[in-house]
Amino acid sequence: MEKKVIFNEDICKSCSLCVQVCPTNVIFLSDYLNGKGYRPARVVNQENCISCAKCAQICPDSVIAVYRPVKILQSV
Amino acid sequence: MTMKAVFKKTCGLTDKPTHYCPGCTHGLIHRLVGEVLEEMDILEDTIGVASVGCSVLSYEYFNCDMIQAAHGRAPAVASGVKRVLPDRFVFTYQGDGDLASIGISEVIHAAARGENITVIFVNNAIYGMTGGQMAPTTLIGQKTATTPFGRDVSIQGSPIKVCEMIATLDGAAYIERVSTHDVLHIQKAKKAIKKAFETQKKGLGFSMIEVLSTCPTNWGLDPAESLDWVKDNMVPVYPLSVYKNCEGVK
Amino acid sequence: MGKVLMKGNEVIAEAAVHAGCKYFFGYPITPQSELVAYMARRLPEVGGLFLQAESEIAAINMVYGAAGTGVRVMTSSSSPGFSLKQEGISYLVGSELPAVICNIVRGGPGLGNIQPAQSDYFQVTKGGGHGDYNIPVLAPASLQEIVELTQDAFDIADRYRTPVILMGDGMLGQMMEPVEFGERSETGTFNKEWATTGTRGDGGPKIITSLELDAESLEERNRNLQRKFAMIKENEVRYETYQIADADYILVAFGTVARITMNAINKARKNEVKVGLIRPISLWPFPEKPFIETRERVKGYISVEMSAGQMIEDVRLAVNGFAPVDFFGRTGGVVPTQEEIYDKIMSIAGGIRV
Repeated sequence: MEKKVIFNEDICKSCSLCVQVCPTNVIFLSDYLNGKGYRPARVVNQENCISCAKCAQICPDSVIAVYRPVKILQSV
Repeated sequence: MTMKAVFKKTCGLTDKPTHYCPGCTHGLIHRLVGEVLEEMDILEDTIGVASVGCSVLSYEYFNCDMIQAAHGRAPAVASGVKRVLPDRFVFTYQGDGDLASIGISEVIHAAARGENITVIFVNNAIYGMTGGQMAPTTLIGQKTATTPFGRDVSIQGSPIKVCEMIATLDGAAYIERVSTHDVLHIQKAKKAIKKAFETQKKGLGFSMIEVLSTCPTNWGLDPAESLDWVKDNMVPVYPLSVYKNCEGVK
Repeated sequence: MGKVLMKGNEVIAEAAVHAGCKYFFGYPITPQSELVAYMARRLPEVGGLFLQAESEIAAINMVYGAAGTGVRVMTSSSSPGFSLKQEGISYLVGSELPAVICNIVRGGPGLGNIQPAQSDYFQVTKGGGHGDYNIPVLAPASLQEIVELTQDAFDIADRYRTPVILMGDGMLGQMMEPVEFGERSETGTFNKEWATTGTRGDGGPKIITSLELDAESLEERNRNLQRKFAMIKENEVRYETYQIADADYILVAFGTVARITMNAINKARKNEVKVGLIRPISLWPFPEKPFIETRERVKGYISVEMSAGQMIEDVRLAVNGFAPVDFFGRTGGVVPTQEEIYDKIMSIAGGIRV
C-alpha cells in the first residue's frame, strides 16, 4: 500500500519523541544506523498508521512527511 | 489510492540538517516560525536576527535573509533593521541567556519603544551552548554547572519572569507564553507565533512569544523526560497565558 | 551656500547629512551631545531617522543592523561611551559592514572629565575591539576640514565595506567657526548586493555574519581582511606638512593640537629657530611617507599630544631609529598652550641663548 508516513532517515537523531507520541504505537527505532550514527525511527506497519501527524508535529528535525488516503466518492 | 499530504517540511527552513541535540526543541520552534512565515506568505519580506547561544547558527536554517547579532543585542540590531525597512518583517530568535541576561536592557527598551518587531524567546532555564550554567530563568533548587547545589534564593536570587515584566510596558502589543511539551501545546505555540507576526503586520508594536523549551543534554534527561520536566516544573513557575493583547489581536 | 557659523559637533552632523547619511543612532554624552541633538532635529527634515538608543552598546548594534540593510548610518560618542562600542565595532569589521563612528575624545581613563583629550589614540588606531583588524581613522583639525573628512569617511566606508572612525576632541566639538557646505562631485555608487533587505525578487537568502567555526576558513577570512587593510593603507593616507623643507626639528601633532603647535612654530621661526610640522590627518593608516622623507636629515622630532604619549609610538616606528623622538604632552583634559609648546621647542631646538 502507499506509505502514510515517510521518514527521512538520514537526518533522524533517534530522539524517540515520535515513538512516544504515536497513538497507535507503529513507530520504533530501527536496528541499523544512519550516516550520523543514529538509529532512525521508522514505520513498518503502515496499515495501522492513522495519519494523525502527531509524530511529524513533535519531530524537531522535520524528518517525517505524513499522507492520508483520500476517499474518492463514488457517484452512482 | 490517492494520498493527500497532511504534513510536509516547510519551505521556511533550509535543507541543512540542524546541529541541535537529539530532541532539542530548537528544531521544533524553528519549524513553527518557518511554517508561520510560509503560511502568511511573508518569507521573502523577512529579515531574521540570529543571536548567540545554541541557536547561533540559526541563520543557516531559516530560509530568509539573516543577520547575526552580538550576544544580547539582537533587539537593538532588529530595531536598526526595522527602522530602515519598516515594511519588512523583522524577528529575533533568542535564548534565555541572550535575552534575559546580557540582553535584558535591549529587549526592555525595544518593547518600551514599541518597536514593531517580533521576538521569539526560547526559555529552557539553562545555558545550553556553554555547558549548562545557570540562566536568569533557572528554577529555584535547579542544579546547573554554576549552581551545583541547586539555585539558592539567598545567593542567586529568583528567576526572572520576562513576559510578566515586558507586559507592563505600554509599547508591548502582544506578549504570550507558550510551551512545547506535547503536540497540543506545540499547536498552540504555533498559533501564538502567528498572532505575534500578525501584530507586526498590523503595526501595533512590540510582540514577543516566550516558548518553554527543553535542554535534554544539560538537564541530564532524555528528550521525552525533558518534555515532562517542562510540564511538571516549568509551567507552574512560568504560567502559560497571554500577558498582553492590545487591540485584541486575533 | 555661503559660510555659516556653527559649532563643531553640529558641523559633523550636518556634514554627515550632506554625505547622504539618513540614519543616526546615538546616546548623549558630554562633549558630543550637541551632535546627537542636532541629528534629532535635522534628520526628519531630510526624510531620515534619528533614534536615541538606551546605551552606547545598543546604539552601535542598531548601527550594525541598519548598516546591514545597505544605508549610510552613523553613531557618535565620547571616550567612555566609545569604549562600550568596541564589541560592536569588531562585529562591523568582521561582518564587513560600512558605518561611521565619531569619537569626541575627553579626559580619561574611567569617568575622567569632559575636557578635550587625545588619549584614545591607541584605542582607535590599534584596535580597541578584539581580533586582527584596523579601521581607517580620520582626525580633522578645523571645522571646515570636518566637512571634507566626514564625506571622505562615508565614501571610504562604502568603498571598502568597513567602519570608519572620525576622531575629534572636546575642543573641536565645542568650538565655533564659519564653514561652507559645498556640493561634492559624484563619488560613484557602491555595490550593496550583500545587504539583507528581504529575498523578494532578489535571489537566495543573504547572511551577514562574522562567525566562522572552521579555523582554516576563518584564517582565510582574516587574510581577505588583511588584503583590504593593505589596500586602504595604500590609498587612503592623508597628512599635511608645514614648513618642513628646511626644518632642523619637526613637530608631529594632529587635530586641534596641530593648530596650537603651528602658532608655537611661527613664534619659534620669528626667533630664527627652524622647526616644522607634520600633521597626520589619517591616524590609521599612519602617514609614514613624510617621516621617511625627512628622518635622515632632521635632528629630531617632537610628538605633541593631549595624552601621556600615544602617537609618539607610531612616530618612533616611522622614524625607525634615524633620529631622536621627543615628547610634549598634557593629559587629563588639559589643553597645552602655545607658550608651553614654544618653550619645549626652544629647550630642544633653541640652542644656547645668551
